[in-house]
Amino acid sequence: MTAEIIVVTSGKGGVGKTTTSASLATGLAMAGKKTAVIDFDVGLRNLDLIMGCERRVVYDFVNVVNDEATLKQSLIKDKRYDNLFVLAASQTRDKDALTQEGVEKVLDGLSEMDFDYVVCDSPAGIEKGAHLAMYFADHAVVVVNPEVSSVRDSDRILGLLASKTRRAEKGEGPVIQHLLLTRYNPARVAIGEMLSVKDVEEILGIEVVGVIPESENVLTASNNGIPVIVDVNSHAGQAYSDTVARILGEERPLRFVEVPKKGFLQRVFGG
Amino acid sequence: MGILDFLKRKPEATANVARERLRIIVAQERSTRGAPDYLPMMRNELLEVIKKYVHVDLEAISINFERDSGHEILELSVTLPEAQAKQTAKQAAKGEVRTG
Repeated sequence: MTAEIIVVTSGKGGVGKTTTSASLATGLAMAGKKTAVIDFDVGLRNLDLIMGCERRVVYDFVNVVNDEATLKQSLIKDKRYDNLFVLAASQTRDKDALTQEGVEKVLDGLSEMDFDYVVCDSPAGIEKGAHLAMYFADHAVVVVNPEVSSVRDSDRILGLLASKTRRAEKGEGPVIQHLLLTRYNPARVAIGEMLSVKDVEEILGIEVVGVIPESENVLTASNNGIPVIVDVNSHAGQAYSDTVARILGEERPLRFVEVPKKGFLQRVFGG
Repeated sequence: MGILDFLKRKPEATANVARERLRIIVAQERSTRGAPDYLPMMRNELLEVIKKYVHVDLEAISINFERDSGHEILELSVTLPEAQAKQTAKQAAKGEVRTG
């Protein structure tokens, strides 16, 4: 069986790719899928911090590519879910450390180890690292913020997914695209300060697979090295759970996209 | 938001501006997606050549790139200035009014 490969990408940096990769991979594991999440950001390793396994990194992605370590030695088993594994990025400054053949070898190795899903956390930009992260993908989660530069960059990424991937080159059917809107603030949308879900969907011509509200729980989660999806009480965590369920084919209505209605006293006195 | 906050606050509804700007730039970038990188440079050089004969500006040249199965089409169109033609037409029209 071959593993389904999901790339988490965006073009623009700082929109929530790593946060999303961590929660998506954890959510898939919570759903019982054997999942690996790989950090493609060579030189700027960060997924390990968000997953809370930074002190357990011994070997990394480039070590496996260069046959300096086996996949088994390099995969870091998650503390909470025993069907979840992290492959850290290398901290080398050598930009050419990753090659298409090397990446393919690692992905094939994961399939042989019976992984159901491999989540590829792409670096920002459209350089080699980002290209390699998306090249073998079956699904793509394009992370976008309701902000002009992010929306424009994600359109560019959608174009690349349609042309610069193995599926596109070999005519194996398109990469399935999922648009994920993060850092959404319904209150600012309501007063016309922020692009709405509908605006972003119309501009990019693709429906969202999820909307993650702007939430202080995201920072708290990253401070603690716990993917926010594990925080089942937080709105962001719940929105990620919904997103994972939708990617797995379930239909769920969007939540947290409207301003919560306040009581009369709250409206008068604020709060 | 309470009454005091509401009075203090002057929200600027800039989301509309963002939406319109994005619509235009995304449409423009999609139309040239996958086209070779030399297009903008070629457009400028063509403009120089055309300028030797007719006075046109950059907006007058539009380049369209299409990819079909098996072949690519580069479509170039130059809008020739109508200013002179229009002016003479206007004068002619005025003349008609006067004489009429």
